[in-house]
Amino acid sequence: MKPKYSLKGALISNLVPIVFLMFAAFAVPMSGLSIPYLLHEMISRLARDSLLVLSLVIPVLAGMGLNFGMVLGAMAGQIGMVLVVDWGLGGMPALLVAALLGTPISIGLGYFCGYILNLAKGREMVTSYIIGFFMNGAYQFLLLYCMGSIIPITNPELLLSRGYGIRNSMDLPNIRQVLDRLVSVEVFGMDIPILTFAVIAVFCLLIVWFKTTKIGQDMRAVGRNRAVANGAGIPVEKTRILAIIISTLIACYGQIVSLQNLGTINTYNSHEQVGIFSIAALLVGGATAENASIANVFVGVFLFHLMFVVSPMAGKNLIGDAQLGEYFRVFVSYGIIAVSLLLHAWKKRHEMLERRLLENDGKE
Amino acid sequence: MTNEKPLLSMKGIQKDFLGNRVLEDINLDLAQGEILGLVGENGAGKTTLMNILFGMPVIQQTGGYKGTIALDGEEVRFSNPNAALMAGIGMVHQEFFLIPDFSATENIFLNREVTRYSLLVEIFGDRLRTLDKAAMNERVVQVIKELGVNINPDTLVSEMPVSYKQFTEIAREIDRAKIKILVVDEPTAVLTETEAEALLAVLKRLAAKGVGIIFISHRLHEILNICDRIVVLRDGKLIKDISSGQSDVKSIASWMVGHEIGDFAFHHTENHRKTENFLSIDHLKVLMPGEAVKDLCLQVHEGEILGIGGLAGQGKLGIANGIMGLFPAEGSVTLKGKSLKLNSPLDAFRAGMAFISEDRRGIGLLLTQSIGLNIAFPLMQVKGGLLKKIAGLFTWEDKKKIREITSSYIERLDIKCTGPDQSVMELSGGNQQKVCVAKVLALSPQILFASEPTRGIDIGAKHLVLSVLREINEKEGTTIIMTSSELGELRSICDRIAIVNEGKIAGILPAEAPVEDFGLLMLGE
Repeated sequence: MKPKYSLKGALISNLVPIVFLMFAAFAVPMSGLSIPYLLHEMISRLARDSLLVLSLVIPVLAGMGLNFGMVLGAMAGQIGMVLVVDWGLGGMPALLVAALLGTPISIGLGYFCGYILNLAKGREMVTSYIIGFFMNGAYQFLLLYCMGSIIPITNPELLLSRGYGIRNSMDLPNIRQVLDRLVSVEVFGMDIPILTFAVIAVFCLLIVWFKTTKIGQDMRAVGRNRAVANGAGIPVEKTRILAIIISTLIACYGQIVSLQNLGTINTYNSHEQVGIFSIAALLVGGATAENASIANVFVGVFLFHLMFVVSPMAGKNLIGDAQLGEYFRVFVSYGIIAVSLLLHAWKKRHEMLERRLLENDGKE
Repeated sequence: MTNEKPLLSMKGIQKDFLGNRVLEDINLDLAQGEILGLVGENGAGKTTLMNILFGMPVIQQTGGYKGTIALDGEEVRFSNPNAALMAGIGMVHQEFFLIPDFSATENIFLNREVTRYSLLVEIFGDRLRTLDKAAMNERVVQVIKELGVNINPDTLVSEMPVSYKQFTEIAREIDRAKIKILVVDEPTAVLTETEAEALLAVLKRLAAKGVGIIFISHRLHEILNICDRIVVLRDGKLIKDISSGQSDVKSIASWMVGHEIGDFAFHHTENHRKTENFLSIDHLKVLMPGEAVKDLCLQVHEGEILGIGGLAGQGKLGIANGIMGLFPAEGSVTLKGKSLKLNSPLDAFRAGMAFISEDRRGIGLLLTQSIGLNIAFPLMQVKGGLLKKIAGLFTWEDKKKIREITSSYIERLDIKCTGPDQSVMELSGGNQQKVCVAKVLALSPQILFASEPTRGIDIGAKHLVLSVLREINEKEGTTIIMTSSELGELRSICDRIAIVNEGKIAGILPAEAPVEDFGLLMLGE
């Protein structure tokens, strides 16, 4: 329709990843880190975080924006992990049992979150953010007070010295990288966790397949225009709840995969930053609150983590102060969310005005 | 074309909305393959009648309807639109019911997708069936061919010209299994002439296949062109049911508008000073959704009451909203030779203009605030009135004066309330409107825009509002530009009436002009 603007349009819609790519091109040589090292780091981080970021795609499809409610899924995954460690499980069975435990919890939490988001249509992002805070309270109550008192915890090493409540951090010696190492290939001295990537690939395929189903089509319709979808008889609210449940579930499994990669749990912190970091990564990958693809996920995770690894060193080498790079890192991760939301709002307003002008001219 | 047994037969349809009778004893038949033109002014009852046919929830929520509807001789009473769709009644909406980012196929098959079995259906149910794009595209191609138009099934709706969107809607309706009746609500309003012709041809082709069509339109020549029969509604009554061969544009227009003049026939005085170039509006464009103004020129004389009429959606409401800066406007407005800054409500007020908004509760009033503050607010804001200085430093609202002024308006306008401090939200619609009037009176404007000042209020309040408008016009010489969808009301109070059609002035007539002439202008004939 408007071939004139296509180049400019393509530039604008990919503006964010382009800016980050340019920045990386400048920062990578500055950091003095070797390419093989960076590559190794990136592969490890892609395996760790892709599934978490992937969990954000479905709610965007259903028009619910960037869903901070995924934090609930991460919590569910962690609860599963804590219990598994307490029961002394290790290896792959531990991961599977943790996932099994996390599943009903994430479905319940996802339903709850979806239900509330249905009451706050159009303000999903901020609402889910606050739900995350609120549920964090419930999570702390569960782990800090209930575990060891109401919920039996047999392993005293997990408990705080007062006798109940889980410790601040725990090691996962029997779980550390079991998935990553089960099937892995060495390429140029780097371990590539084939199985982890296979799991991620399965979820990607599921999402791609999902889009071709009736429910996937319904979700797209609901995401594009609630009124029309409702008029056509699509159960809008149910569909939206389902989108959130799916997201919460994937986030739960994502968190389990991520924790086994790290090998430690920060009981009261691990899940907290997952939301911000995942959303920032997705946005860096060029997604918006209305459009997100699987490609956005991988580009985003790659670029975001590249910045993460490179910027403190680049800061140190440039100004002699690693702290500055650290500041930059935090500034970037929050700033990018703000900037992409602003860009998005600006674009939307622009489009609306254009549409009105078009309507005016069209009727003449 | 007509069969012995009508396809659709509506008998004795009656509907009340909160004690207001909006439809009275409507009898309507539709034969197979017949195209029935349904005409009437806004508010005549066309939409309500169609809502009843479709079993729209709004009808049940307001107490249902009386009368019977028979489809193929069998009595039906649809409890929801889906049931009507299942029975073979389709509707093409005036506003497109399409998803812009979806392709033609996706829209046509929205929630009726052709799907294939997949294993996961066993666990998660039917919604996990996969879509069969090829089968859907095939059917779309067939339907589109039936319509005799050329649309690529993969084209996104947002990239289609308006007429194609219309065709997509029609394609969706006729693809439903057994379409018997198709209701088309003002389909040509957004189309260019050639597009409209193509659409009419499609409708004729459908009728030839036996589909009964109810065609709602304001374009009378189209109605005369394609309809077999014409039904005219006015004020909820069926005025005329006539075959199209026996009627012409002029008589339909007069049936639509009617001959009654409103109850408030004021004596027209000729006391206004006809100053040329008092307020001149040149090439005004207003981006008000649904009421867009396009390149409108209008001269207003000093001291007159100018009425602005026209059908809904043609832009009559956009004029005042644009000049007062509530919606983005372009063009030039000059008041006594001085050019007015557009898109700035404060400048409009300072130039001596005031506005009674048609959106009383949204724009007209601070609903949760007191009557006093509502009346005083514009005065304080615009003119700095009703304020006092404390210690020469802080400006403070003068509560005593506000109460005095408010009490005087409560008395003058007979506002039924407990006192100046009652919140506006608690008042009835009519009394709220009186507060809106008091608010602009307090400003003593040179020019007053009154948009639908009597909409949704009872007869007593209506009369009072109109007399107050007349009074300030006569006594204070206020120029009034009054917009209303009730022609009778405009004719009773205005000196001249401008009719707006498609965002432009279609013509200006003296209030005494024959009613058919107004009707013709409204329809753009």
